[in-house]
Amino acid sequence: MNSSPERSAKCEVSFLVNGKEQKILAHPMERLLDVLRNALGLTGAKEGCGEGECGSCSVLLDGMLVNSCLVPVVQASGASIVTIEGISLHDLMNPLQQAFLECGGAQCGICTPGMILAAVHLLEKKPEPKLDDIREGLAGNLCRCTGYMQIFEAVAKAAQRRVAK
Amino acid sequence: MQQHHIVGTSVPRKEGRDKVTGAARYVDDMVLPGMLHGATVRSSVPRGKIKKISFGPSVDWNEFVIVTAKDIPGKNCIALILDDQPCLASDTVNHCEEPILLLAHAERHKLRMAVDAVSIEYELLPSVHSMKESERKSTIIWGTDNTLKNYLIEKGDVDSVWKNAAHIVEGEYFTGAQEQLYIENNGVIASFEPEYGVTIWGSLQCPYYVHKALMALCGLPEDKVRVVQMETGGAFGGKEEYPSMIAGHAALLAIKSGKPVKLIYDRMEDMVATTKRHPSRTRHRTAVSKDGQILGGEIEFTIDGGAYATLSSVVLSRGTIHAGGPYYWPSVRIRTKAVATNTPPHGAFRGFGAPQSLFALERHMDRIAQVVGISPIDIRRRNFLKPGQTTTTEQTIKEDIDLDRLLDRALELSGHDAKKKRFAVENKSGKRKKGMGIAAFLHGAGFTGSGERYLNSLVGVEAGSDGVVRVLVSSAEFGQGTNTVLCQIAAEALGLPYENVAIAQPDTTVVPNSGPTVASRTAMIVGKLVQSAAQGIKKTLEKTGLLGNDFTPEQFRSACREYTATHGALKSYARYESPGDVYWDDAKYRGEAYAAFAWAVYIAEVTVDLTTYSVIVNDFVALQEIGKVLNPVLAEGQITGGVAQGIGFALYEKVVWQNGRMLNNQMTNYIMPTSVDLPPIRVFFEELGNIHGAHGAKGIGELPMDGPAPAIVNAVEDALGVGFDSIPLLPEDLFEALHDDSLEQNVSEPVRGTA
Repeated sequence: MNSSPERSAKCEVSFLVNGKEQKILAHPMERLLDVLRNALGLTGAKEGCGEGECGSCSVLLDGMLVNSCLVPVVQASGASIVTIEGISLHDLMNPLQQAFLECGGAQCGICTPGMILAAVHLLEKKPEPKLDDIREGLAGNLCRCTGYMQIFEAVAKAAQRRVAK
Repeated sequence: MQQHHIVGTSVPRKEGRDKVTGAARYVDDMVLPGMLHGATVRSSVPRGKIKKISFGPSVDWNEFVIVTAKDIPGKNCIALILDDQPCLASDTVNHCEEPILLLAHAERHKLRMAVDAVSIEYELLPSVHSMKESERKSTIIWGTDNTLKNYLIEKGDVDSVWKNAAHIVEGEYFTGAQEQLYIENNGVIASFEPEYGVTIWGSLQCPYYVHKALMALCGLPEDKVRVVQMETGGAFGGKEEYPSMIAGHAALLAIKSGKPVKLIYDRMEDMVATTKRHPSRTRHRTAVSKDGQILGGEIEFTIDGGAYATLSSVVLSRGTIHAGGPYYWPSVRIRTKAVATNTPPHGAFRGFGAPQSLFALERHMDRIAQVVGISPIDIRRRNFLKPGQTTTTEQTIKEDIDLDRLLDRALELSGHDAKKKRFAVENKSGKRKKGMGIAAFLHGAGFTGSGERYLNSLVGVEAGSDGVVRVLVSSAEFGQGTNTVLCQIAAEALGLPYENVAIAQPDTTVVPNSGPTVASRTAMIVGKLVQSAAQGIKKTLEKTGLLGNDFTPEQFRSACREYTATHGALKSYARYESPGDVYWDDAKYRGEAYAAFAWAVYIAEVTVDLTTYSVIVNDFVALQEIGKVLNPVLAEGQITGGVAQGIGFALYEKVVWQNGRMLNNQMTNYIMPTSVDLPPIRVFFEELGNIHGAHGAKGIGELPMDGPAPAIVNAVEDALGVGFDSIPLLPEDLFEALHDDSLEQNVSEPVRGTA
């Protein structure tokens, strides 16, 4: 939680965000999520719970899937961060977005950016996932709208299309 | 038969691209220049008189904007039905977390400390924390008798049936509170300028509910309140009435400070302070013939409304009308009431009372089957409503529904009979017991009874000089597909490609009041109005000779260009007209309760693990008749999502209360289903059509919430031979019940009704 960040002095943090170098002044314990949303205007990562349960703030940090609400910004110093806004550069992006659209993987859309990043992360590790791998790979991202079935379908479809290429 | 080109196809979601790229704008993504952040100081006691408010010395209060009830320019209430809920408590509080005071500051992180630095002294008053206590009336906390609302339905002469009954079967059933748990918390931004009045941007379902509430609260005329719905990250009823409260708070802070104010709840505040599904208790007493025919029954349905009336009367109404389910009752007396307790008011949540009374009924049908000695299948077959018969409100079933056939198909799709036989053998050994459970149910679409007549919805369609058509409705998109299906309907009516139709952002200065986005009414009722408004555009262009009967999109565009050059804006409106033959008596609660019902049979397969006491749903078949399926992918998504919430309602989601306050107000300890918890949810549709809906559509959004809980709990009983009548059914509940000696004895005698 962001309890009293004003107690500590601001420090300079630099990192790569979506391939672009960023230098910002922030309190070291500020949440990466707040820095992305407020300082950098990257609002694709959402706050759902603020305690790492829902995954709607998911971003990739040096290739790892993290809840940006649990990462103090100082810990991201020097890291390469990818958010939903930057993922369009990724070769998995188009197939995943397209499949989410076709299969009904996005309803209200609030979990979607995090869900897609979790799917990217999964497919990087497992290009041909079985249903159980998909279930496991997305288990840290809650969706209240879909009941997940159409999300599973979308991820499977994106994987198939990529493998078929 | 009309040929459809767009309706009935799975065109992509209108706002889908923005959602999958992260570009969609939710209220928390919006920043206004000079914007402050707001916070709410809430009651820490369930009931009491406010004696003193003090502001601690640790905070420089000059930096803060402070609002109390004294700052309210208009009426201190959230205008809805009875206007009994204050916007800010002034002298007494009636539940924990009731808002008392508002703060705003430019830096959000300073607010938490400031909220903690406000201390409020109370003189405690006795409080009521259960329906039972409320009914006892030894402490009166609302009105003269703690009753927020009651209804009575009487059909036939139920008092005469008991003497002829072969069996009289009784049961009592309970459902718990449930949190909507949209992933986007409640939030709004308000601004105020004396010249333009108040503007609200928010996460909400019903722009005109907020509009009405703010006019009363701020004492402003219609044209000085503007409400804009932002992209909304899930709602499920949870953003039906509550946004009027949070919008009111932000507006008061904006009026006092002269600056825009953003008020966004975090998860803990959202869960502890906002509405949940009404807890319920249902008692059934049913007279049954020797072969399982229902002769008549008494049903008592009671819901816990919380501290203020808010929407409880309407939730109770739907629960009341659905209490008899899809069965024929020759006679019935249904007595229902909503009672007050000192908890935050319970409110709208998908299903709106029906999941509660249908859980009870579908459990009770299995109990009747046991007493009579027939199967859960046969008890349902013997009592299914048939065309020409009447419901409990004496509404004649005019559509050609064949529930027997629906049940047959669901049994086949689920492999019910073979599995049930196999499980009976396998369950004799081992610690993992399997079972099959059925629920048959119906869900009425649109507002109850005369509701749609009162709403008097208005819908507009506009064609621009560029030939782009815009649908103008206050019906909001929050995931369920409003934007998409309404655009499909307009495109179909105009014979234009789907891409040529857009939908206006709900903004009360732009869109007419098409009613609230609730009650499974949008596709059916608003959709039909969109269809006729769109046809109006076509007719206007034809009448003025600008367009022939057959035209290309290019011809439509030049016709629009010419029309707007000469006549100005090309708009067409359609207002709701009540079908002439609809009869409803509000006093007797008799007549045509709904213009259409959707019908369903759901079948659950479960495993109960007697080592961990967990219940796992292995397979779930959801078969429903919903009229015309307007968009198969979206429709399927409504069902899978509703079933998932229903599984949560049955097995996972427990609100733990202490003195009327939710204790587990975090996603860490209030558990909703994750991607590894759910079975394959297999969705099937039948399409009978419906004369009242656009292209024969009926309501669909709430239906899937009704069936999962009873189907699952029926399956648990099939697996264990022990019945459970209360949900949520968590492993600890199973453990306790199975280790309760008195219960085990009861279970060995299968007959629990009086024969």
